[in-house]
Amino acid sequence: MTGNIYLYLIVAALTLYAVRALPMTLIRKDIKSPFIRSFLYYVPYVTLSVMTFPAILEATGNTISAWAGFATALLVAYIDGNLFRVAIFACVMVYIVELFF
Amino acid sequence: MSYNNKAENRKWYWKGLKDGVPIAMGYFAVAFTLGITAKNIGMTPLQSGLTSALMHASAGQFAAMNVIAANAGYVEMIITTIIVNLRYLLMSCSLSQKAGSEMGLGHRMLVSYFVTDEIFGISSSVEGKLNPYYNYGAASIASPGWVIGSFLGAAFGTILPASVANAMNVALYGMFIAIVIPPAKKDKVIAIVVVCSMVSSYLFGLIPVVRDISSGFKIMILTIIIAAIAAWKCPVNEGGEVA
Repeated sequence: MTGNIYLYLIVAALTLYAVRALPMTLIRKDIKSPFIRSFLYYVPYVTLSVMTFPAILEATGNTISAWAGFATALLVAYIDGNLFRVAIFACVMVYIVELFF
Repeated sequence: MSYNNKAENRKWYWKGLKDGVPIAMGYFAVAFTLGITAKNIGMTPLQSGLTSALMHASAGQFAAMNVIAANAGYVEMIITTIIVNLRYLLMSCSLSQKAGSEMGLGHRMLVSYFVTDEIFGISSSVEGKLNPYYNYGAASIASPGWVIGSFLGAAFGTILPASVANAMNVALYGMFIAIVIPPAKKDKVIAIVVVCSMVSSYLFGLIPVVRDISSGFKIMILTIIIAAIAAWKCPVNEGGEVA
C-alpha cells in the first residue's frame, strides 16, 4: 500500500454517496407508471430474500448451526415478526447448536 | 410540510432506535471481521473506523480495501465502487417512493447517507410513508456499531471468540427474515416472490461462470428480473395491495 489512503477513501465514499443519493434526491415526485410503482414495491422483498439465502448458510461456523439459525428465524418471524426477537432467537440458537456441533 | 410535529418525529426516532438495536449487534460482528481485513492490508484502527464511517457498506468496503491493497488507480476505485454497490441505486429508487413528495431535499440527502441493506430493509417495512427521523434513529445506533466494530477489529483482531462472532453474524439475516415473512404471511404474491428469490439466489450460485459474478451484482440482477416479473404479473394499486 503506497497510494494516498485518504484520497482512496474519499474517492470511494463520494462515488458510493452518489449511487445512494442520486435516485433519492432526483426522484422527488410519486411515480405514476403502475409497472414501475409495482416494480419498486417488490424490490425490497426480492433484495432481502436474495441476500439472505443461501448466504446465511455460510454466516456461522458450520452448516448445521446455520440451518438451525435460519429455521429459528423463519419460525419466530412467522409467529411473532418482531425484528429484535427474531434476531436474538436466531443468534442464541446458533450459539447453542455450536456448543454441540 | 416538513415534519413540524415534534412529538411525531420523536416517536419515529425512538422506533428507529429500537429497530436499530439488532442491526447494531450484527454490524458490530461483521465490522469486526472487516477491521481484521483492514489491519491485514496495513490500515490503522482509526483508518479502519474512518472507512466504515465514510462508507457503511460491507461488500463495498471489502472491495475498496482490495483496490487500496492492490495499489490500483482512482478510476478503478470509482468503477469498482459503482459495480459492487449498484444495488443501493435500486434501493434508493424504492425509498424515494416510500419517502413521498413531502420529504424535502435536506432530509433526502441525509437519509441517503445511511442507505444500507439493513436500514433500507426496516425503513421499507414501516407502515405508510417514511418519516426520516425513523432512519436517523436507526442510524444513530447502527452506525456506531459499525464504526466501533471495525475500529476494534483492527485494534484487537481476535479478541471476540469465534462462537460469539458466528452467533452475532446471524442477527442481520434474522432481521431480513423478520422483514419479509410477516407481509408474506398476509399476501400470497409476496410469499411466492420471497420463495422464488431465495431459490433463484441458490441456483445462481450453482451455475458455472454465472456463480463468479460478485454478490452485489448478483443481488442487482436477480432483483431486477424477479421484481419486474412480479410487477408485470401482479401489479399493485395505490395502497400497495395486489390489484
